[in-house]
Amino acid sequence: MLIDVHAHFLHDRSPRSDWPARNASRLRAGDRVGITVHVASILGSWGATSPIYFPSPPDIEYGNDFLLQLQRTNPARIRGYAVVNPNFTTHALAELARCLDAGMIGIKLAASRRANDPLLDPICRAARERGVPVLQHIWQHRRREYPGQEASDAAELGALAARHPGVNFLLAHIGGGGDWIHSLAVVRDLPNVFVDLSGSGVDGGMLEECVEAVGVERLLWGCDLTIDTGWAKLRYLEHMLTGDELELVKWRNASRIFPPTAFPTD
Amino acid sequence: MRIDVNSFVGAYPFRKLPGTSPDGLLRSMDRVGIDQAWVAHLPSVFWRDPADGNAWLYETAGQQARFRPVPAVHPGLAGWEQTIAGASSAQAPAVRCDPMYYGLDPVGSEMRALVKVCGKEQVPLMLAVRLEDARQRHPNDRAGELPPWAVRTLVRSDSRVRLLVTHADRPFIEEVHFGSTPEESARIWWDISWVWGPPEDHLETLLGTIGVERFVFGTGQPLRLPETSVAKLDLLDLSKEQRAAIESENLKTWIQ
Repeated sequence: MLIDVHAHFLHDRSPRSDWPARNASRLRAGDRVGITVHVASILGSWGATSPIYFPSPPDIEYGNDFLLQLQRTNPARIRGYAVVNPNFTTHALAELARCLDAGMIGIKLAASRRANDPLLDPICRAARERGVPVLQHIWQHRRREYPGQEASDAAELGALAARHPGVNFLLAHIGGGGDWIHSLAVVRDLPNVFVDLSGSGVDGGMLEECVEAVGVERLLWGCDLTIDTGWAKLRYLEHMLTGDELELVKWRNASRIFPPTAFPTD
Repeated sequence: MRIDVNSFVGAYPFRKLPGTSPDGLLRSMDRVGIDQAWVAHLPSVFWRDPADGNAWLYETAGQQARFRPVPAVHPGLAGWEQTIAGASSAQAPAVRCDPMYYGLDPVGSEMRALVKVCGKEQVPLMLAVRLEDARQRHPNDRAGELPPWAVRTLVRSDSRVRLLVTHADRPFIEEVHFGSTPEESARIWWDISWVWGPPEDHLETLLGTIGVERFVFGTGQPLRLPETSVAKLDLLDLSKEQRAAIESENLKTWIQ
């Protein structure tokens, strides 16, 4: 069993004409790597009709609907995060209910609002009520503002996690570029923050530091935009961890924080 | 046969990094099935005179048959031509220069002089676009990344020079390749260490548009996990011949 906790799919209203090829490539590469389940999100229209990180309510609904359809047509290997924009609170809560009722298993918060902002609280309360985790897009050590997103770093996620101890949070793509050393220092003592290993970064020493900071019990395997780097980290972990520890990272930790019926073996 | 053209030994000054010793590199090579490594001395990238690390590098490589030394040359410091001559007599597969870390204009007179001598002496020149992701570097690690126009300019500045460019991504490679004549681009080799695999499939695209013959196996270890370059090849549907070309055979034309 291998669960990719950080995947994405594209759709026909995204700006990319190659979207079917990219989706097919993800599934094909996943088969080769041995990924059992891709837990994925679609960020609105991927910039076509609203910004990637500030998706409009209609774009959110279209992306979530597309992902729900993918989940229905690939019931054994695709699961969805409900994407919401916290700036539209009423819509966000209704969309969460709709998507979770339809079978999605988590919530994806990108960068529409800073992670420590009170507007995220009602969403986190909904996560608690529904028993689903929240995957928070993270810029590892945000030293300034970045165009196109209201990025958050681990410190800001940490503030949110402290306010909602009954919710499990995924700190997105520790290998996604940025100062992961800063992030690991922040989340070390936050038991409800899990580190998602995805991202194109394959820095020597990073996995050792992740284990040292949060232990294997709070690591989750994933790929995001590069399955090759995900596979590389998995191969390295096979040498670094015991068999039981590896199983935690590959799927058991994910199985623990997602709803009990989220994955096939459950 | 798998040859890693892009590996380092020695400590990294900006963060804790395991596996920097020669033994550590050997263990890593064994772990992922690398037969030979072209090795540079990592600490001296940041030294005032990077060639000061070459003696240790030659000695280390001389003690391990699977290492081939890639000495560093700083063309802004007197005596640099001797480094080229020494590399040639030591049968080093290349010399490396990191102008952005040395504080040199990447297309300035010193670099152009280096390219001329490398071309004349038929010593290939290795250039790294970067060593780490710019977003995570130490606040005091402020050297810029090698720009693509520098590679285009350098390959044009001498008709004999051969360049091996490491840590380049797809946009960089495409900009240089299609911004060069066929004759110029035929003198540039690219390592695959920084090129994305699926689902974006940058490497697959480049092998189709630019050609298998322009790519070589490199990892950037120990700064990067060497498993990555193996994984991205494992994710491609390459023929046995294509895979061998990338992993070692393309270097035969290089070493001539």
